[in-house]
Amino acid sequence: MEQAKGQKEVIIEIKDLYKSFGDHKVLDGFHMELYKGENLVVMGKSGSGKSVMIKCLVGLMQPDSGYISVLGNEIKNLDRETLDVLRSDIGFLFQGSALYDSMTVRENLEFPMRRHKEKFGEIKDTTPLVMDALESVGLVNTIDLMPEELSGGMQRRIALARTLILQPKIILYDEPTTGLDPITSKEIIELMRNIQIKYGTSSLIITHDVDCARVISDRMILLVDGINYAEGKYTDLIQSNDPKIEAFFKK
Amino acid sequence: MGGKSVNFEGCIALQIQKIDLKIKTPNKIRQSLTEIGELSYFAGRFFKEALRPPFEFNEFLRQCYQIGYRSLTLVLVTGFIIGLVLDLQSRPTMLQFGAVSWMPNMVGISIVRELGPVITALVCAGRISSGIGAELGSMRVTEQIDAMEVSGTNPFKYLVVTRVMASILMLPLLVVVSDAVSLFGSALIENIQGNVSFQLYFNTIFDALSYTDLIPALIKTFFFGFAIGLVGCFKGYYSKKGTAGVGVAANTAVVMTSLLLFVIDFVAVFISNIFFDV
Repeated sequence: MEQAKGQKEVIIEIKDLYKSFGDHKVLDGFHMELYKGENLVVMGKSGSGKSVMIKCLVGLMQPDSGYISVLGNEIKNLDRETLDVLRSDIGFLFQGSALYDSMTVRENLEFPMRRHKEKFGEIKDTTPLVMDALESVGLVNTIDLMPEELSGGMQRRIALARTLILQPKIILYDEPTTGLDPITSKEIIELMRNIQIKYGTSSLIITHDVDCARVISDRMILLVDGINYAEGKYTDLIQSNDPKIEAFFKK
Repeated sequence: MGGKSVNFEGCIALQIQKIDLKIKTPNKIRQSLTEIGELSYFAGRFFKEALRPPFEFNEFLRQCYQIGYRSLTLVLVTGFIIGLVLDLQSRPTMLQFGAVSWMPNMVGISIVRELGPVITALVCAGRISSGIGAELGSMRVTEQIDAMEVSGTNPFKYLVVTRVMASILMLPLLVVVSDAVSLFGSALIENIQGNVSFQLYFNTIFDALSYTDLIPALIKTFFFGFAIGLVGCFKGYYSKKGTAGVGVAANTAVVMTSLLLFVIDFVAVFISNIFFDV
């Protein structure tokens, strides 16, 4: 496992991360650590590089330079197969849920499972695992529905169930409450907290929803112009007089 | 992985940029050259992934059903009408020259060698290539391809290899069906207007046709299938963000495939003229 800092175990480490698209610098030396069992919120304006950072983290995007380590594995040194095995320990909740629209809810949940036989072995009946994941998000009765038959909030919950089914050690949330009404947002945030308690996962949450950050964060990083502008607990950051930090928390 | 392809495409673009600096190629030509390079790399990746296990057999079968069975009605209708129209259009001219007894030979050879494969491929380009382009494009836009990648599935193998393979396998079958109904359509007109029996008509056609007509025509349909599947997947897989990107992917897939089909047809005819005594 990655080095321990004090008593905390670092499970994700990013150092000097740079990424540009043409002349536009998106990440300009970003760095962070996620500790075991922690909920870390990364906040930033739209286009500040939050999603790019999280995509670099799971190997969906190649950074220009920088060091990324997840559960002790440096991402850029991994071959395709090793990266795929590592990905079974990382759940990823996409902003738009990203459910496979040609598959039922059951098939959506089974899909990642059959790819990871090294973790689950040969499973003859996947129903108990699928039901367990659906129970965690409170949507057992949707098992045979198609994604288009579900509301936005339900789709987000099913997407969360799909990440849970792989029993990940880390869950990455990309804008988990974006596009949802305030009540559904609250339900999703509550669900995220319950999941963290039930499964003991560590979470990296990318958001610009202050309420989400307030409720769920153990620690926060404010991302401005591709760098860590400020870091700390929500209660500390909200008291800051820095205009750039204040701008984040203004309603 | 996606990253590797991006690097390679970037490399192609860089090389073309270097050439461009030297000889100042117009923008359109540069874009076309870049696209040809990217498509070639995509084709290379297809062969590499297709030969490496695990094989997505269930998805391949599903795609065979989608591409083959779902296109059957369209192919049957267009094939039948081609046969009818070809006979109706040619008959008066053949009558003028007193060559109406050559109708089965003329129609049979035209359909089997050229019209059947090319028109079926063009019809399928409209249905299959644009369908694949739009489907993969929308999967790209809604991050479903990324979700597949993150879940440890190789999306190229699951989405691209299965669709291209199914297209390669299904197109020759669709062409055979289309040829058969075209000939039947033509026989129907001859039966109605010329009192020629179906048996006589088909016997004449089969006497006129030889393996040198059938084999090159059949071989080129595999390449047509490859082009239809590959271009549809290429356009959809690298679709730009947004709903407009999906539309563009579907549209350009049809245009590019149609163009490629004519190029393949020309090359196939040219080669078959060298190797077969036609």
